[in-house]
Amino acid sequence: MTILTVPEAETSPSLTRRTRVFRRLRRNPLAVISFVILAIAVLVALLAPWIAPHSVEDTDFGNIFSPPGTPGHFLGTDDLGRDVLSRIMFGARASLEVGLLAVLTALVIGVPLGLAAGYFRAFDAVIGRFTDLLLAFPFLILAVGLAAIRGASLGNAAVAIGIAQIPGVIRVIRSDTLRLKSLDFVAAAVVDGASDLWVLSRHILPNATSVILVQATVALPAAILGEAVLSFLGLGIQPPDPSLGTMLATAQQFAARAPWAATLPGLVIMILALTFNVFGDALRDALDPKGDR
Amino acid sequence: MARYLLTRAWHSALTLVLASVVVFLGIRALPGDPALALAGEDRSPEALAAIRAEYGLDRPLTVQFGHYVERALQGDFGSSIRTGIPVSDMLRTALPVTIELSFLAILIATALGVGAGVVAAVRRGRPAEWVANFLALVGLSVPHFWLGLLAILYLSVATGLFPASGFVPFFEDPVGNLHHIILPALILGTGLAAIIMRQTRSAMLDSLSADYVRTAKAKGLSPRAVIGRHALRNSLIVVVTIVGLQLGGLISGAVVTEQIFGLPGFGKMTIDAVFQRDYPVIQAVVLLTATAYIVINFLVDLVYSLIDPRIRVAGDAA
Repeated sequence: MTILTVPEAETSPSLTRRTRVFRRLRRNPLAVISFVILAIAVLVALLAPWIAPHSVEDTDFGNIFSPPGTPGHFLGTDDLGRDVLSRIMFGARASLEVGLLAVLTALVIGVPLGLAAGYFRAFDAVIGRFTDLLLAFPFLILAVGLAAIRGASLGNAAVAIGIAQIPGVIRVIRSDTLRLKSLDFVAAAVVDGASDLWVLSRHILPNATSVILVQATVALPAAILGEAVLSFLGLGIQPPDPSLGTMLATAQQFAARAPWAATLPGLVIMILALTFNVFGDALRDALDPKGDR
Repeated sequence: MARYLLTRAWHSALTLVLASVVVFLGIRALPGDPALALAGEDRSPEALAAIRAEYGLDRPLTVQFGHYVERALQGDFGSSIRTGIPVSDMLRTALPVTIELSFLAILIATALGVGAGVVAAVRRGRPAEWVANFLALVGLSVPHFWLGLLAILYLSVATGLFPASGFVPFFEDPVGNLHHIILPALILGTGLAAIIMRQTRSAMLDSLSADYVRTAKAKGLSPRAVIGRHALRNSLIVVVTIVGLQLGGLISGAVVTEQIFGLPGFGKMTIDAVFQRDYPVIQAVVLLTATAYIVINFLVDLVYSLIDPRIRVAGDAA
């Protein structure tokens, strides 16, 4: 029974550590600002069906290419007279949706493989070759292959981006597992007769959460950018469904006539990715036991 | 050393074989008859029979795979089902464009990234560091195809300084060639520059606090000499690795950049092939990308182990 208190020795300082991390985040103005922007973006995306001023498919041919500031169309209209603000809201919703789907795919496959590679020496080489193999297919080439076999869609774009992010997840989780495995509390659990599955799920995985969290904040903006690229090329979300990438693809053809339509969706993608990246950096700094650096 | 390189060579070869199996099975994962997919427009029984014979589709998978590898090794990737042009000929005209674009992008990214990274590390805590850090974050977060759109909109169309699209081969007109390719290369290089900047900064901060730099300062070397000769040289190793690791991102980026600027390279060929369901071309593109990634990363490891003896020692121990 005494052994069982040993893991708690690692758990309780991590509880105080959690409050310390929150305090550091609150004191970092960049973290606070980026968090607020992200919260707003997520709210807008979730509530888009209720708060968008127009339907995304409502065309108004008497009112095409209205500039921003037109009454009723705050950010103007596109080539079919559709409201740019409403389409941006739904586009951001799609971006976040694909981003989350992709990162979840990467985590669901990458975390167990990373744990296995770090914990069991026998699996390390096999998983290492698997990682090499995945790395050899850049996300766009994967997306090309998937689109050729299964057709272009939101789901296939998310899968292609997610698969491309698996190696990064495996690498990070593997090295954290190696580190945790060498610590005393894991050795104590093993001596106590705990099974490998128990050690991995009760000792290693909970202590790797901060690393997983940081990896997710790195992967999300990359996935959002990936979705935009694929939809722009026609390999992701298909028109008329709104996506920031497809909006830019259409706007490219009319860029000289309606520069705002080619500018605003890109700006939104950049703000989304930038705030995720800033928040991710702040989170990593706050979680870093070495303090400021 | 030898053992480390042998292990790496063996791993690369294994990955190459696995990758070619994946690509080979990919085309067979197509719904329906692969002969139909490969035939394109001409779906007469004679044409289908000819394709089955050419690709050996009636033979066992292992035989087909051997046949496929044999042809790929000879540079025979079949012909486009839309134009009938051999894929190898298409590659011969498309690849130089992409290689030039990527090479220039790497040069630009290295110059910008290392420069900004050194400034950020040396001017730690000053406004210059903040600016460099912020620019790097923007570089990581900006969708590059959008940056390309803006560049065309506000630089090419508005000022006429750069052509908005098109391409001239280097050997026909070197100046015109650079004129066409410099803007796309700059756009493609920004993302890589951001990554190189962040790694250079962190590597420089490590070296600047290392003992050998303190020794160099103590023996009276000027700050410029300390930074240039000691700290920076060590940090440059980082750049070599990043270029290897980011090669996948660079290839993806090149595809998009070519699409926007209308450069007739590998990327444009790829995207066109997807929309025309030109399977022989897609298969060749995927296989070549994977091969290039594996071979270049092996070369990077080779160079890396030559520059930094610590790597091969650690590699031998593992």
